Amino acid sequence: MGDIIQDPGHSAVSAPARAMRPEAETRPTPSDARHLPHSPEHIAIWCKDLAFRYREAQVFDHVAFHVHRGEFVALTGKNGAGKSTLLKLIVGILEPASGEVLVFGAPPKKQTESIGYVPQHAGFDPAFPIAVKEVVGMGRLSGLSRVARGQKQEEIDWALEQAEVGDLRERRFSALSGGQRRRVLVARALVGHPKLLVLDEPTANMDAASEQKFYDVLARVKGNTTVLIATHDSDFVSALADTVLCVGQDVDHPHSVHRHALEQADHAPEELYGGKVVRVRHDIELPDNACCEGKD
Amino acid sequence: MNGFLQALANPSVPFVRNALIGSVLAAFLFGILGSLVTVRRIAGLAGAISHTVLGGIGLALFLAAKGAPKWVTPMLGALVFAVFAALTISAVSLKAKQREDTVINALWAIGMSLGIVFMAKTPGYADPMSYLFGNILLVTSADLYLLAALTLIVLVLVWRYYRHLEAASFDEEFAATKGVPVTAIYLALLLVIAVAIVLLQTFVGIVMVIAMLTLPAGTAGYFSRNLAGMMVNATVLSFLFSVSGLVVSWHFDLPAGAVIVLLAGAVFIAFAAGKVVAGRRLARARP
Repeated sequence: MGDIIQDPGHSAVSAPARAMRPEAETRPTPSDARHLPHSPEHIAIWCKDLAFRYREAQVFDHVAFHVHRGEFVALTGKNGAGKSTLLKLIVGILEPASGEVLVFGAPPKKQTESIGYVPQHAGFDPAFPIAVKEVVGMGRLSGLSRVARGQKQEEIDWALEQAEVGDLRERRFSALSGGQRRRVLVARALVGHPKLLVLDEPTANMDAASEQKFYDVLARVKGNTTVLIATHDSDFVSALADTVLCVGQDVDHPHSVHRHALEQADHAPEELYGGKVVRVRHDIELPDNACCEGKD
Repeated sequence: MNGFLQALANPSVPFVRNALIGSVLAAFLFGILGSLVTVRRIAGLAGAISHTVLGGIGLALFLAAKGAPKWVTPMLGALVFAVFAALTISAVSLKAKQREDTVINALWAIGMSLGIVFMAKTPGYADPMSYLFGNILLVTSADLYLLAALTLIVLVLVWRYYRHLEAASFDEEFAATKGVPVTAIYLALLLVIAVAIVLLQTFVGIVMVIAMLTLPAGTAGYFSRNLAGMMVNATVLSFLFSVSGLVVSWHFDLPAGAVIVLLAGAVFIAFAAGKVVAGRRLARARP
C-alpha cells in the first residue's frame, strides 16, 4: 500500500494515522464548515449545510465542505450520484433548497466574473455557425454589459494560448475533434481570468493523448486558479489533485459529500489515465477541516 | 419584368410599391428572427404561435360581427392569441420541458380549430384561406409603418445584445453562469417572434410565415461563418426571394405568397442536396 497523502501538491499531511481516525470521530458535520478559522472571502468554495432535491428525489442533504484558494480539487462519484448537480449549485445555475453556497464569500450569482465553467454535455448544435474565437469570446460576458473589442481580442488570444489551441482561432467550432473542443471550452472558461475554474467531466470519452494535453493545460493554471474538476473515475484521480471530494460514496449517507484520503499510485499505467494519478482511498474519510493546517 | 417595373413606377397602383417596401422590411425580420429560430431549433414553437393566431383572428371577426367596439380588430385578436401562445409555451418549456412538444402541438391544433369555428359562425363571409395564405399585394401604408417600427426595434436590440443572444443560443447553461439573463432573453425573443408573426402574416399568410422564418435562414446556415453572417445572408436571401417571387407571380398571375415560399424552398433543397453530394465526394476522396 502506498503512502497516504492528503495534499500531494502543497502541504502534505505527514501523519497518516490522523487521516485514518475512525469514521465515527471524523465524519464531517455541518458545524465543521460553519466554524472554519478563515474569513469567507479567503475560501474559494464554502458549502454550508446544503440541501437540494429534484422534484421528489433528494440529491443532497446536510452537505458541508470548503475549498481553499489555489487548491486543485477532484470531485468523484458514481454516475447519477450528483456531481454535475453539485457543480451547477456551485456555479449558480441551480439554487439550493436550503443551506448556502459561497464563492469567495459571496453567492455564485454575484461572482460571475470570478467563475469559469466548462459544462459536461453542452448541447451544441453541430450546424451552429460559429468560429473558435467567438466561442472563447463568450467567456468575457458579464450580465448584459458590453466588452471593449480591443481588450477582448487580447484576452481571447491569451486564453487560446493557455489552452494550446491558438492555431484553431479562425476554425469553425463544429469542425474540431472532441479533444480540441474541450480545450476550446477551457479557453472560454479562462478568458475572463477566473479565480475559480469548474470543469464537469472534461475528459470523458477522450483518448489518453488528448487527456494528457488537457491535464497539461490544467497544470499550467494550477496554483493561480482554484480548480474543481469532476471526474468519471472514482478510484484514481490526476496527481495534480490536492484534495478529493466524493459524492454519494457513503452507503449510510448517500446524499452527502465527503473528503477522502489520497495515496500514491506509482504503478498505475499513465498511458491509461493521460498522466500521473493518485489513488482515492474511499475507506479513509477526512474531517472537513483536515486541509486547513497552514492555510490562510 | 418590364410590366412589374412599370407597375412599380405607376402612382395609380401603390399596392405594388407597398408590396416591395414591405418585402424589404419583412426581409430583415425573416432574416434576423429566422436565424435565431433556426439556431435555437424553435421552428416548431414559432409554427405553433403562427397557427394559434388564426383563433384570435376568428374570435375578433366573430365579436366584430356581433357588435363589438371597432377596436376589436383581427390584428388585435391575432396579437392577443400570439402573446398568449408565446407565454404558455415558454412557461411549459421552462418548467416542464418534457411536455413542450405536446403543448406546442395542442396550441397549434386548438388555435386553428377555434379560428375555423368562429369564422363559420361569423355572419357574412370570412374566408380562412385569405388569412392562412395572405396576400402581399394587400399591404397598407399603416401595415408598413408598424412593420418599420418593429424592424427598427429588432435591429437595435440585436445590435446592442448580439453577443448575449449568440451566447444564450449557443450554450444557455454557460451564458447563465456569466450572468446573462437567459430566461428573459428567451421570453423576449418569443414575444418579439409573436408580434412579428402577427405583422408578417399579412404578407405571406399564417402558414407561410413559418416557412419564411426557416427557409432563408436554413439556406444561409449552409454557407455562413457565424450568426451575424447568417442573419445578413438570410436577410439578403429573404429579400431576393420576395422580390423575385413578386415578379414571377405578377408575370404568371400566381399567388405571390405561395410563389415566394416555393422559390425559397427550391433554393433550400438545392443547397441541402449540394451539401449531401459534397459530403459524399469528400468521404470518397479520403484515403
